[in-house]
Amino acid sequence: MPTQVAFFVEVLAGGLLAGVMYALVALGFVLIYKASGVFNFAQGSMVFFAALTFVSLTERGWNFWLALAVTLVVMVVLGVVIERTVLRPLVNQPQITLFMATIGLTFVLEGLSQLIWGSQPHGLELGIADVPIDWLSQKLNINISQFDIFAAFVAGALVAVLAVFFQKTRIGRALRAVADDHQAALAVGIPLQHIWAIVWAVAGFVALVAGLMWGVRNGVQYALTFTALKALPVLLIGGFESIPGAIIGGLIIGATEKLAEVYVGPMFGGGIESWFAYVVALLFLLVRPEGLYGEKHIDRV
Amino acid sequence: MLYREAGQFKSSYAEDQQIFPIRQDRIAMGVLLAVAFVVLPLAGNEYWLSAILTPLLIFALAALGLNILTGYAGQLSLGTAAFMAVGAFMAYNFVLRMPWLGILPSFILAGLCAAAVGVVFGLPSLRIKGFYLAVATLACQFFVLWAIQRIGWFTNYSSSGVITAQQVVILGVPFDTPARKYLFTLTVVALMALAAKNLMRSETGRAFMAVRDMDVAASVIGIPMMKTKLLAFAISSFYCGVAGALHAFAYLGTVEPEAYSLELSFNILFMIVIGGAGSILGSFLGAAFITLFPIFLNLASDWLQNVTGIEIQHAVVSNLRVIIFGALIIFFLIVEPLGLARLWQITKEKLRLWPFPH
Repeated sequence: MPTQVAFFVEVLAGGLLAGVMYALVALGFVLIYKASGVFNFAQGSMVFFAALTFVSLTERGWNFWLALAVTLVVMVVLGVVIERTVLRPLVNQPQITLFMATIGLTFVLEGLSQLIWGSQPHGLELGIADVPIDWLSQKLNINISQFDIFAAFVAGALVAVLAVFFQKTRIGRALRAVADDHQAALAVGIPLQHIWAIVWAVAGFVALVAGLMWGVRNGVQYALTFTALKALPVLLIGGFESIPGAIIGGLIIGATEKLAEVYVGPMFGGGIESWFAYVVALLFLLVRPEGLYGEKHIDRV
Repeated sequence: MLYREAGQFKSSYAEDQQIFPIRQDRIAMGVLLAVAFVVLPLAGNEYWLSAILTPLLIFALAALGLNILTGYAGQLSLGTAAFMAVGAFMAYNFVLRMPWLGILPSFILAGLCAAAVGVVFGLPSLRIKGFYLAVATLACQFFVLWAIQRIGWFTNYSSSGVITAQQVVILGVPFDTPARKYLFTLTVVALMALAAKNLMRSETGRAFMAVRDMDVAASVIGIPMMKTKLLAFAISSFYCGVAGALHAFAYLGTVEPEAYSLELSFNILFMIVIGGAGSILGSFLGAAFITLFPIFLNLASDWLQNVTGIEIQHAVVSNLRVIIFGALIIFFLIVEPLGLARLWQITKEKLRLWPFPH
């Protein structure tokens, strides 16, 4: 393969796989927005909290699976506590109030995780090295990290599990009912508050998975909280209420961002990745104001 | 007993339309202004004036700007700090490149530049709403900061990317001491707050509120959507731009672009949510709360360490401070979602009856 083409394919594939990582974070946003209409800004700090808890436990000599199970329990408890202390008292408040509350929650979680586990950065190993796959780089001269492939599989599995959970289980049906209409769901006897606690717990689980993947890539450190900012343009493109939208949006953002960084960035002196995804999302919104798969809102007067 | 409007009759339209229709309110406002303009500059020490009161007023002005957009016109924005950055860096450039203009016209031009940026990034608001718009305004936040950091012209090609704001001189009077800088800031902020108060009572302000309450209904009764929304973005950004210029010239002096990070945008959003969205007074109360609370927490933790004799690690203290700050915001939202301005209103209602039960 000519090197130019190989390089393009490499950049594109790298971008798509990075997009999967963004989508992992975006999934947590979507879950909570779908079920409770809360735009949960704390998702980034939940990712950080989960990853830091896990890595600190393993560094204290805990078994991998035990640490994973304990972290999962912690995230579920966290979800329930958040529902109890933050969401329940704020039922029926305007969305901006709930949004501000989740920003407050971000501060609490960031402070709490660093208070408990300290603020030094940690490395994280999951047994899969972040190195290019040999035969791809030899045969085709394309460097694609095997960890990226692994992360893509994990994301795919996660979406599949969530899809089954949402479509086939009793709780999943209740979740979809709540997402459709709070009042109607209440009227047929679905306990809204349990559902919210479950959704936050599931979002905690998604945050844990995202935290592990991002932790391997960039180390577990405070900067993990900024992954949330990377996930927001993904939400704009995919729509706030759609799980497939998060994946598609992630792929679009990841690919365009990497391509732009390599081919357009040098014209502007680099550093455009901080805003490029947002501008892409913005242009996208001008065509489709609810994102690709977001629900169309019909306003009545 | 002390605070009631009984016996105060209005005999002209002008009297009926004044900002403070109740005499006690006018007296209270007069006293407040006298304290702010005369007593504080004379009595306040330098630290209080330069490190607390001046930034407090500047943030109140920025919060006021955001309040016009979010509280009155209902368009959630997360790009406030970017508009402040435009104001700060453009004011620097106007003073640098056109020194004959003078400080105040430079500030106004800088505000207008911020307004222009606001209009450009407000254009999506015609198509998108709610959180989609809020996230879209993040584009402004990141893009503007990037542009200021990367394009040398903004920082006059300084190698560190840091600018030093020129001295404020108006009609030959240098505003160099903390007391003078404070007075300069206070004058600008007071005049702009008055303008905002009156603007929000006018047709424009009512159009903003109609758009906030329901934009489809507003357009049905004939409020031009494009003009109203873009005007809200323009006015709001103008206020934020002037606040940014003051921030650079009267408070920081030496300014790096990182000072206008997303964190500042969030802080200003906190100010209007805690102070009260859709209230001029709320902007000031919120700014006071968010500026004073960390100082109070510092003092409290120092005091605790002195009293108990327990030396707490610095990292622990700073983490605890973050936790308490976040928890308090959640607490405030739960207890009084309408903010401090609403608490003030309730107090006044209670005062009107006091000491009688009905």
